[in-house]
Amino acid sequence: MQLEFSPEEVAFRHEVRGFIENNYPKHIAGKSLDALSRDDIMAWHRVLGKQGWSTPAWPKEYGGTGWTATQRYIWSEENARFDTIMPLPFGVSMVAPVIYTFGSPEQKERFLPRIRSGDDWWCQGYSEPGSGSDLASLKTSAVRDGDDYILNGQKTWTTLAQYADWGFFLCRTDPNAEKPQQGISFILVDMKTPGVEVRPIITLEGGHEVNEVWLTDVRVPAENLVGTENQGWTYAKFLLAHERSGIAGVARSKRGVEKLRDIAGNETVDGEVLLKQPDFARKVSQLEIDLTALEFTELRTLARESAGKGPGPESSILKIKGTEIQQRLTELTLEAVGNYSAPLYSDFSEEGSNEFSVGPDYASAATSLYLNNRKTSIYGGSNEIQRNIISKMILGL
Amino acid sequence: MDFNFSEEQNMLRDSLSRLIREKYDFETRRGFVNSESGRSDSIWSQLGELGIFMAPFSEEDGGLGGGAVDSMLVMEEFGKGIVVEPFVPSIVCGGGFLKHAGTAAQKEEHLTKIMSGESIFAFAYAEPQGRYNLADLTTTAKKDGGDYVINGHKAVVVGAPWASHLIVTARTAGERRSKEGVSIFLVEKGADGVSTRDYPTVDGRRASEVYFENVKVSADSVIGDVDGGLGVVNKVVDEATVAICAEAAGAMGVAHQMTVEYSRQRKQFGTPIGKFQVLQHRMVDMFMEHEQALSMTYMATMKLGESDSERQKAVSAAKVKIGQSGRFVGQAAIQIHGGMGMTDELAVGHYFKRLTIIDSEFGNVDHHLKRYTSLS
Repeated sequence: MQLEFSPEEVAFRHEVRGFIENNYPKHIAGKSLDALSRDDIMAWHRVLGKQGWSTPAWPKEYGGTGWTATQRYIWSEENARFDTIMPLPFGVSMVAPVIYTFGSPEQKERFLPRIRSGDDWWCQGYSEPGSGSDLASLKTSAVRDGDDYILNGQKTWTTLAQYADWGFFLCRTDPNAEKPQQGISFILVDMKTPGVEVRPIITLEGGHEVNEVWLTDVRVPAENLVGTENQGWTYAKFLLAHERSGIAGVARSKRGVEKLRDIAGNETVDGEVLLKQPDFARKVSQLEIDLTALEFTELRTLARESAGKGPGPESSILKIKGTEIQQRLTELTLEAVGNYSAPLYSDFSEEGSNEFSVGPDYASAATSLYLNNRKTSIYGGSNEIQRNIISKMILGL
Repeated sequence: MDFNFSEEQNMLRDSLSRLIREKYDFETRRGFVNSESGRSDSIWSQLGELGIFMAPFSEEDGGLGGGAVDSMLVMEEFGKGIVVEPFVPSIVCGGGFLKHAGTAAQKEEHLTKIMSGESIFAFAYAEPQGRYNLADLTTTAKKDGGDYVINGHKAVVVGAPWASHLIVTARTAGERRSKEGVSIFLVEKGADGVSTRDYPTVDGRRASEVYFENVKVSADSVIGDVDGGLGVVNKVVDEATVAICAEAAGAMGVAHQMTVEYSRQRKQFGTPIGKFQVLQHRMVDMFMEHEQALSMTYMATMKLGESDSERQKAVSAAKVKIGQSGRFVGQAAIQIHGGMGMTDELAVGHYFKRLTIIDSEFGNVDHHLKRYTSLS
């Protein structure tokens, strides 16, 4: 048992750091997701696709890098250092594992290379207005008609569907199945198909990140069914479990704490630096300690996985604690900026100016990040649902 | 990076776990704790036979070549069985001082007997006024020819009633609380002028107030540098802190398991209380706290060898987390056990008591949060 990196791991860190420094697209450096166009968001993904590094966690035969868990840990740390816009999860770590595990040879051939390269943008059609935590109650129907399925229904909270080329949709193919989980299929839909309509949902902070997706008589070739009809729930659960790698967001949160320290080191209270105020300093310390606990819980998980033991019980903590910490981080940042948490900064930028007209630069994103981050304990299976899962699967209650 | 245990370590853990399971069940433990001595010589020698006293010492010192990871594994198992035997006072602290700062002669005379279990050491460092400040010492050791004369009062010296020897911190120079002028002495408990007031602790161990009245020891009894002992004290206390973090993690795991099991058996409103979501979520939170406590214990164990400030930061982070999670898990365990949790009869209350006291040993949450912050 030891923490030191081997000389090979140190060399690897050096290599990837150099690569990021030299190849991260200059025009998007330092920018956040909401300030970028579709192409900008994909820019780093495309660079990584050419390098063969866009899908490290995939099996090697489909284009994975074969990196060890430690190398992947180093990779995410180095990306966090540069605040890179990483490949989005919907293609790379959500649909792709389902395709390479359950898909047909044709589907693998057709979709995986374009996910790897960043040519296709994917979105996730899971939630419906009446089916949130109770996802298996979903109603969107897919009815077989010759060589096609006809899809009807409404999906919601579909992240960045406005840019998507493809979507993976959970649809009900057997409305008479004994249990709701049994009649669901996993279907891939070209978002340009007639009858697919994407309507924006504007969230609290004013951003357009999520959408409603309406499906009206959408005709999808039956070859776009993944795996077996009515087995979609199994794939959906597989996908959620597979999403685990990186879900804790440790490297990003560590970087977030650094930024918080910078902000609190700049703000003053009665002429003294905020970071030196015992009350505030204590909160930052507590956050950092909680983050360390999360980090080592994730490292234990990775160690188990790379020893071929499969994820242990500790892995189910990652989503809950990871999101709690992300939220706490945005909360403390909000507190740190004080009065300048109030201005509606998006209003200034809409006037066409890149320079925010009031307050320190770091204040401009604080409140919108705080507001936006409330989503993290709700999405991907709310933290309450995660507790239900742990209670059932691990505690056996 | 490597989070796996060696084959020897796994074997050590397995054999210790078996011994505790088979020979140290809760009722047997109760018998030991309530006996006149408050512990068991027989268990102590069986623990010694497993090699756990030798495990954390180098082969050069006559040990098995392990280190902090071995102590961590031992203490996690101790925590699972809430074992009261003085592994931390004698092996981690007593042995730790000799390992880090003992002369060849001191090791020859004492470390061998610590590793065989023949000598039992206790660590007399805390003082009534000193709280968690290891340099806040009113105990003095004054030079007298070739000897030192020790006077003072040490507080809550865990394991002292069982000890043959004491490690004592005393001021040889400087003002009270000064970082300079702290020296470490090895004192036979039977030496003239040493008296103790022995008592049980709430978590089933024994401790003493130890009084030194003109206790004369030779200059050979000094461990490490005269006046410059605080660095070693900090190091050993950090190692002991991590050891009790491991113990806490072990105890939390069992308190959690007991609670889950109880919630399956206990019925109210015609259904096992474990079917109630509000209790399920509380037990999931207990589970998460336990896992994180274990993660922090691993983290701090692996960082014990780093620079002073890195080590201190890591140990404080772990002790903060363990203090908080231990309190949460302990309190929730009692709450979910309901009235039964309040009884002396059930084991869960005894785990709760041990977890409660662990927070107050070697610095509580507030102390370590402050130390962590000062190092950030």
